[in-house]
Amino acid sequence: MSTTLLLLADGRFPAGGHAHSGGLEAAVTAGRVRDLETLAAFLDGRLATAGLVAAAFAAAACRGGDTSTLDSEMDARTPSPALRKASRAQGRALLRAGRTLWTLSTVERELHHPVALGVVAAAAGLAPEEAALTAAYGTVTGPASAAVRLLGLDPYATHALVARLARDCDAVARRAARVATVDELPACSAPLLDIGAEAHASWEVRLFAS
Amino acid sequence: MKATARITAVAEAGRTRLVTLRSEPPLLVRRTGPRHAAGEVEVHLVGGAAGPLGGDRLRIEVTVGPGARLCVRTVAASLALPGPRWPERAGPRSPADTQSTLDIHATVAAGGSLRWLPEPLIAARGCDHVSRSLVDLESDASLTWREEVVCGRHGEDPGDASLHSTVRLGGRTLARQDLAVGPRACGWAGPAVLGGGRATGTLLVVDPLWTEKPPEAAVLGPGAARMPLAGGPAALAAAVGGDLREVRAALDRAFT
Repeated sequence: MSTTLLLLADGRFPAGGHAHSGGLEAAVTAGRVRDLETLAAFLDGRLATAGLVAAAFAAAACRGGDTSTLDSEMDARTPSPALRKASRAQGRALLRAGRTLWTLSTVERELHHPVALGVVAAAAGLAPEEAALTAAYGTVTGPASAAVRLLGLDPYATHALVARLARDCDAVARRAARVATVDELPACSAPLLDIGAEAHASWEVRLFAS
Repeated sequence: MKATARITAVAEAGRTRLVTLRSEPPLLVRRTGPRHAAGEVEVHLVGGAAGPLGGDRLRIEVTVGPGARLCVRTVAASLALPGPRWPERAGPRSPADTQSTLDIHATVAAGGSLRWLPEPLIAARGCDHVSRSLVDLESDASLTWREEVVCGRHGEDPGDASLHSTVRLGGRTLARQDLAVGPRACGWAGPAVLGGGRATGTLLVVDPLWTEKPPEAAVLGPGAARMPLAGGPAALAAAVGGDLREVRAALDRAFT
């Protein structure tokens, strides 16, 4: 148990996460997410794909993996330039915040968000599995809270969805933390997250950055 | 069934020659098509049996030498099916007994070109199929690599199919994608992954001529986009649709 873990996973941690919807805004506008049921399916798919990848990269970076290798492996798993940009923007904000709280092991200012999260988690004294859990949790809470704003869903019912995912989230973090080599890092793709992110980036007016 | 097919193309005096064409049922390789103006040689994989079936171990090795140009196609879709019923007297079965696997390893030397344009994989009900592709490109090699999956035959829920692909350029990872559909894959039919679409596909193009300027990102419709990659002169088109026709149409126009 650790307060530091709660601090880093807290949506109020000043790293700009609230500006991103994790692909939900694009899915809502396309009509793919309309209600609690479709939101639940969205969160399931996002946790199993982007969530597992982010958790594995966060754990690997926390364990002291080479950040430039991890960063380019993350690039190779992110075909969408809009998602690469969003991930780097969030990574940059997290490194900036983390650097004021702890002593980071890298002088890098820009890394993909999961890699940055691993670096900051290590500096905060967290274990790789805790870094993985923070990453996995973030991939569901981001879009869940965006759903309340975008669809006007009941916040209690939305939080109930997140609560129901708790066990899956734990399982994803455990699996992610077991990844031992760069070649084993998962690359689970979610075609509609990529395609939706590109459509979203082309809009002139949007509520969220991604 | 366990089978390995091998195709090796080399350039000789400005023309591409097939120096190895090894078939093993059910993987039969046939040279097809006229010699293209650009000197590309075309081969087709002709399915010698239905499948892959659970338990099959298939392997395809493709080597394209410096300056050689090869195009590989298949005559029909592959239909991943469950294996024969497991006899009880054979004892407990392991995934190796029931899973079908297809391993593809391709290498393309500098100045070489490979176009890999197979028909889709159809994941029939009850199948358990794993396909792994590893493509190694020397810098200055060209590649067109298409992968498509259809989730089940008409009106059928799919079995489990996962496709893992890695493309390396000059020893560095350029693209890695793992796509999983079927009952064991979490959330695959939901709005983050396929959104109820029954077909999906990607077309990866690596072209050394794009070193200065890769194609720009473009939205190709409600379920398709073209995306320049970070690690080299390459772009990936991805599409999701109600059927293969929709997906193929989007991929076909992605780079024109």
